[in-house]
Amino acid sequence: MEEFIYFFSFKDPNIVLVVAGISLLSISAAMVGTFTFLDKKALVGDAISHAVLPGVCMAFMFAGNKNPYWIVLGAFTTGAISTYCISYISTTTKLKEDTVIAAVLSIFFGVGILLLTQLQQTGNAALSGLDHFLFGNAIAIVWEDLIVYGFIASFVIIILLVFYKEFKLIIFNAHFAESVGMPVRILRFVFNSLLVLAVVTGIQAIGVVLMAALLITPAAAARFWTNKLHVMLLLAVTFALFSGVAGAYISYVIPKMPTGPWVVMVISFLAFISFFFAKKKGMVSRWYSQRKYQKKIHMDHILKTLFLHWEKKQQGMTQGELINQFQGKASTTRQYINHLINKDHLSATEHYITLTPSGFTEAKRIVRLHRLWEVYLSKYLNLAPDHVHDMAEKMEHLLTPDLEAQLEASLDYPATDPHQSTIPRDHDV
Amino acid sequence: MIVKVTKPVLEIHDLTVSYGKNPILWNIDFSLPHGVLAGIIGPNGAGKSSLIKAIMGLLDVNSGYVRIFDSEMNAVRKKISYVPQRESVDWDFPASALDIVMMGTYHKLGLFKRPGKKEKELAIKCLEKVNMSNFQDRQISELSGGQQQRVFIARALAQEADIYFMDEPFAGVDISTENTIVELLKKMTKDGKTVIVVHHDIHSASRYFNWIIMLNLHLVASGPTDKVLTEELLQKTFGGKLALLSDVGDLIKQKGFDPLKN
Amino acid sequence: MTFDHNAFLIIITGALIAISCGLLGTFLILRRMAMIGDAISHAVLPGIVLAFLFSQQREGIAVIIGAGVLGIIATLIIDYLSTKIKLQHDASIGVTFTWLFAIGIILITLFAGQIDLDQDCVLYGEIAYIPIDLWILPNGTIMGPRVLYVALINVILVIFFIMYLFKELKITSFDAEFASSIGISTGIINLSLMGMVSYTTVSSFEAVGAILVLALLVVPPATAYLLTSNLKRMILYTLIIGVFTSLIGYYVAYYINGSIAGAMAGVSGIFLLFAIIYSNFAKRIIIFSKA
Repeated sequence: MEEFIYFFSFKDPNIVLVVAGISLLSISAAMVGTFTFLDKKALVGDAISHAVLPGVCMAFMFAGNKNPYWIVLGAFTTGAISTYCISYISTTTKLKEDTVIAAVLSIFFGVGILLLTQLQQTGNAALSGLDHFLFGNAIAIVWEDLIVYGFIASFVIIILLVFYKEFKLIIFNAHFAESVGMPVRILRFVFNSLLVLAVVTGIQAIGVVLMAALLITPAAAARFWTNKLHVMLLLAVTFALFSGVAGAYISYVIPKMPTGPWVVMVISFLAFISFFFAKKKGMVSRWYSQRKYQKKIHMDHILKTLFLHWEKKQQGMTQGELINQFQGKASTTRQYINHLINKDHLSATEHYITLTPSGFTEAKRIVRLHRLWEVYLSKYLNLAPDHVHDMAEKMEHLLTPDLEAQLEASLDYPATDPHQSTIPRDHDV
Repeated sequence: MIVKVTKPVLEIHDLTVSYGKNPILWNIDFSLPHGVLAGIIGPNGAGKSSLIKAIMGLLDVNSGYVRIFDSEMNAVRKKISYVPQRESVDWDFPASALDIVMMGTYHKLGLFKRPGKKEKELAIKCLEKVNMSNFQDRQISELSGGQQQRVFIARALAQEADIYFMDEPFAGVDISTENTIVELLKKMTKDGKTVIVVHHDIHSASRYFNWIIMLNLHLVASGPTDKVLTEELLQKTFGGKLALLSDVGDLIKQKGFDPLKN
Repeated sequence: MTFDHNAFLIIITGALIAISCGLLGTFLILRRMAMIGDAISHAVLPGIVLAFLFSQQREGIAVIIGAGVLGIIATLIIDYLSTKIKLQHDASIGVTFTWLFAIGIILITLFAGQIDLDQDCVLYGEIAYIPIDLWILPNGTIMGPRVLYVALINVILVIFFIMYLFKELKITSFDAEFASSIGISTGIINLSLMGMVSYTTVSSFEAVGAILVLALLVVPPATAYLLTSNLKRMILYTLIIGVFTSLIGYYVAYYINGSIAGAMAGVSGIFLLFAIIYSNFAKRIIIFSKA
């Protein structure tokens, strides 16, 4: 706990440095990542992040130390070459894009590893920390790093905001963008450069191997909460920011822990939470609304059963009779009957369960929808009367008042269904 | 107008299918007699391809069933041939025309067995039937659209099936290929095969088919060509979708699940 | 140029691994599943570490099973995310493998004291140490390099797999719908291919590392794909390229004094470059001169 307070009180200037750095890079990565995600190019980011490794090593060979200017230059160069290779190879050869991405990724990374191991063999003392570029070490960020990486990240963020409208249009509909005279090729080039830059900012803190996650995962998580691009960007940035700082904190508390994997763990956790629990699109909420719908179906059936019984015999049913209509579902039926009584749709007297006036209206509506759909099927879909029941059984729970009105109008308010049963309406006596 | 058939080879009972969550076929119910050359026609997005995919068991159905030769699909699969849309595969695949046609013999071989001389001879014969014998060793990406389609038809012939389902075999092919294929299909039905073709051109439909199935999310008509190819039914088929069915589709899309699935 | 016993052993092992990977990779790229190969090669890591922790040995069957299971789980998670959760396919891959790989790295760091695995080994393997890692029978007989046997068994199983399921793999790769229409289960064929990819990844892991397996899975088949349009010839070329990748990769690494696996990936890239030049330029020139 003490560590926690110390870390987040930001008394230590080094911690401020680290948090500032990781925050900026998380924001820029999440923003760029959101666009690449929507452009269905998420894995290109993975290829680029692996492809910066040979550039990093070459810069080190050239400069002889971890000078961030050289590192950035080297990383940007090979990263940019890799994006160019991917688009060149997949447009000019018959190789498919996924194959090209995988090939470019592994070849560049292989060369990077070759150079890295060569460097390690030379035993250069300044080399220590070069392998931090693999899995990242946010704690090792120094003032000079922050200036370089922070500047790049801010640059990426600003350019993205300036060209927000243009990038949005290109991703949504490139052909349209071209037709209204947008310089699509130049904008794509700018965007690809931003993508490489966003990756470059992450190599020190997150590492090349896992940088892809910071591009892809925040956007994937955010997508489940919204359909609006600006909200999605905001959410992705928030998720990335949180996981970036959390990852930095963990590797501060446990110094031997590399930062990258922890950032990825936190962001993946947020993503899985989103996949399962997001409102509307999440797995659990979809499952919940499906259950709710099944419950509604069952209660609709209880009302309908009572109505049909009343239609035939003009009287209520005993609880036993009613429950017997739902074989194997006695306990849920009992529970729903009580629920309907509470909703004032049913009333229970000593012997009978009967529909209250509001229950009666509701039951009528269900039966009416059923019979109207049967008429619809036989009139518009030419189905024989013995074929219409099953579908109507599903539609009676689904149709909204709007659709009911449409249905009535297009059928011209029929009096009976194809089985000659009367279609009940509210003004009936 | 839906003409009922006694002793059908294919019987479709109240089939309802969703694609994703979007209901694309509503209560399809018809049967086909033996030996017809049937065309499935309807506008774009009418569910023509989905219908034959659902029959083949490639799409999940919400309700209803399909019976072929009065049995389940899986029990008679060896007697059925399916020709997917030409665009559905990658023609850069490293294979020759003959390789593709040989695939038509795989279902009889079973697991682990490889095609041998007998299968090769059959495949060559099938390529001859579609006038493609000169191209048997040609790489498939070097064939024209019409030639690729002929290869697909030859593969179907190699299956030596009794019922053929073909998805848009005339899409993007030249006139001579179209004529070759039509002649071939007519000959096949004369030999007692039943052929069902998804087709997009109403004008040629009356010349090609002796049975027509009209589809537009729901079944508009099914019957002998001279009986069903009327102005009224064509208007019903191509005159736009039923507003209610589309609206219900939109309603379902907003839900997180498909309420029409059982 | 040196060609001693050790060099020979390393090159042979590298070639065997390249053959296994190339055979499976051919079908991966034809099915447009190259990035699934990437995902599996990352995702096996936590399986290896966990199995290692439980069985306390690196050589055991447990590691192969643990990693194989993780590889299959990864493909199932990807499939679940994209079909059930409805996350787009490329993002499903990206989210899944980075997550699993991160777990693996964290486990390695946590249990660094208890397991003889480190981050470097994960990335690029230790093929150079193959000659000194010997398989010794309980009675003291020295059978030779252990990893060579591992690679040999792997290659035999992969060859059997490809031979026996050749027609199923071919038809499901070309036309999955047609395959299902004649009753071949694309899902099962797919899963068994993924299983073999996972197994091969683990088996090659010690030698070339998790990530560079991907180079061997994808690059030689991609090269061969550009050179021929006949499946059997494509496989043949893949194998030849794989063997030469191992041979040349060894000497490149020897002269640069760097990782052999890294050099192999680089060499495979040179082959691919040549194939791209050939297919984009030379072919046209040949056609042009003929005309």
